[in-house]
Amino acid sequence: MSINATPTGADVAAEETRRPAAVPKQRGGRRKPPLSENKKAERRLGLLLCAPAALVMIAVTAYPIIYSVWLSLQRFDLRFPDQREFIGLENYVTVLTNEFWWTAFGVTMLITVVTVAVELVLGMGLAIIMHRTLIGRGLVRTSALIPYGIVTVVAAFSWRYAWTPGTGYLADLFSDGAPLTERASSLAIIMLAEIWKTTPFMALLLMAGLALVPEDLLKAASTDGATAWQKFTKVMLPVMKPAILVALLFRTLDAFRVFDNIFVLTAGGNETSSVSMLAYNNLIRGLNLGIGSTMSVLIFITVAIIAFVFVKLFGTAAPGSDDGERR
Amino acid sequence: MADIVLDKVSKSFPDGTVAVQDVDLEIADGEFVILVGPSGCGKSTTLNMIAGLEDISSGELRIAGQRVNDKAPRDRDIAMVFQSYALYPNMTVRENMAFPLRLAKLDKETIDRKVDEAAKVLELTSLLDRKPANLSGGQRQRVAMGRAIVRQPKAFLMDEPLSNLDAKLRVQMRTVVSRLQKQLGTTTVYVTHDQTEAMTLGDRVVIMRGGAVQQVGPPQELYDHPKNLFVAGFIGSPSMNFLHAAVQDGELHTALGKVPIGDRVRRELESADAPRELILGIRPEHFEDAELVDDDTRRRGMEFEAPVDIVESMGSDKYVYFTVEGEKASAAELEELAADAGAADFAGAGGNLVTRLSAESGVAEGQSRRVWFNLEKIHLFDPANGRNLTLHEGRAAGALAD
Repeated sequence: MSINATPTGADVAAEETRRPAAVPKQRGGRRKPPLSENKKAERRLGLLLCAPAALVMIAVTAYPIIYSVWLSLQRFDLRFPDQREFIGLENYVTVLTNEFWWTAFGVTMLITVVTVAVELVLGMGLAIIMHRTLIGRGLVRTSALIPYGIVTVVAAFSWRYAWTPGTGYLADLFSDGAPLTERASSLAIIMLAEIWKTTPFMALLLMAGLALVPEDLLKAASTDGATAWQKFTKVMLPVMKPAILVALLFRTLDAFRVFDNIFVLTAGGNETSSVSMLAYNNLIRGLNLGIGSTMSVLIFITVAIIAFVFVKLFGTAAPGSDDGERR
Repeated sequence: MADIVLDKVSKSFPDGTVAVQDVDLEIADGEFVILVGPSGCGKSTTLNMIAGLEDISSGELRIAGQRVNDKAPRDRDIAMVFQSYALYPNMTVRENMAFPLRLAKLDKETIDRKVDEAAKVLELTSLLDRKPANLSGGQRQRVAMGRAIVRQPKAFLMDEPLSNLDAKLRVQMRTVVSRLQKQLGTTTVYVTHDQTEAMTLGDRVVIMRGGAVQQVGPPQELYDHPKNLFVAGFIGSPSMNFLHAAVQDGELHTALGKVPIGDRVRRELESADAPRELILGIRPEHFEDAELVDDDTRRRGMEFEAPVDIVESMGSDKYVYFTVEGEKASAAELEELAADAGAADFAGAGGNLVTRLSAESGVAEGQSRRVWFNLEKIHLFDPANGRNLTLHEGRAAGALAD
């Protein structure tokens, strides 16, 4: 027996006309044109509420950025303060034609690409393990996150001791010489330390993505005839894509600014400097504010490009959205 | 297409809870079977076991005569429709429907043809290039059905597929599901908690409670001849009235007066361990305004007078609620049913009797009214185990049967 309890069309229409036109109410409100005065006031309030945060942002980020851009346009070496003058883009020419810069840039890119790629694979594995564990969930998750909880410099020192011949067990196990004195092995150790340290972070971000995959979707894929691998590649990965991109963005930006591990492990010896190391050496140790600032600005630009590319990718990455058409 | 046989299938979890207990069920080829019961009765677990999404603890499951206990879902050739629809959000409607075919490695032309056919049947052709996020609930539901039918599997398994739709659409989709199943003739197992869906859709209905099957049969049979108190109370809307009845001097003392009993029930009650207290069950439509009953009919029942509480006029007939005094019927099954209906804490004192009287009845709220009820349609239940005492060889015969 079905009983139609909804009012008839005529009733609804009468209701509609009785309602005062100026006051938007639940159902009628959607169709009426937006009240521009209200909207304006709302927007003004919004801007006012944002203002304090915006001011702080300007003070702590915009000012230093602009100041370093300003410094990068000058010849400014603290050892020769008298020679300070505005030289336009000359510092950029100096840096970009310098082989040290390009070596460091190559090293940084290598570290970034290799570590992020390895971290993504390992992190995904770790995330799935943490997500699927049924017994001792807390213990598994905590122990997986320990490396991320250790201060990078402290961890870097323990790696250095481990790889120092005579005192370190890893050096004795895996090599006859001193691995931290050769370029290839040094880079490998730096990357190892980076991966060991930040894989848990990657796993944590990816685990949030895994939680987004509905259980029913995987069940549906099973009955549709998917193997475990097909479920992973065709169902889980696409749904997780936004989370994966966030994780990749965070890690890529972080990895590009690699400093602590190199500083402790090799101090940049044997051409293992990253761009951050190079900028530090010029700016702080070399006291050349002009060249140092130029390098900082170049790092900033590179990071901005990476971020821009990722954010562009995001735009079309959200699952379930037809391009440009939203409900 | 295939038959599905559950042979003493059980599911127990490592912590000792038993979700499904010794379910025996033979589902014929092309049959539409409904698993129904309150939440937690094991109906979804049973379905998941048929699908292979859940391991079978003991017993045997055969699809098309083949034991499939240890087969992965992908090797069972079944299609499942979920309550949440479970559409892949990153794929368009077309890709969603083509997914099982692509996994089966069919060539592109066949896939396109099959998807187009299914889309036509479900009127999805204009939506094929949309993403699920841009579809309404009803459309998503149809896509989920489409994904199931493109593959022409051995069986459809549906897990409350209509529960997320609003009431009107649900009624509409019910007929779509029913027509589709008849058209395709594919064996279908359908899980629902809604007894109306169960009654209207299935060839046969399986009523479950606490992991065990209560009764299996065509909807009308379950309605007319419930095996026990639980089935009687679960099927029917408004549900059956239950009254406390004390056996005394070959009569039943109830809130509606002294109800006579026939020889057959008397014989049942004469044995030493027979219950002295019974539960009398009677459906709302077996009451009638005493003024409207002709003499011939009157003889088959008896009358009582009670104050009218509420009158709900439905147009075709009237639901009239009476307040009757007397002890409340109590049994574990009734409490469970009340809890499932969300009314455990609000039954009120005394008994509220629901009756369905003719629209011509001049009954009005506040007055007292004489009401006739049909003794041939009465069910008597044993409160201890819920058994229907009036059932003889599977048919309910009323209290007066000789």
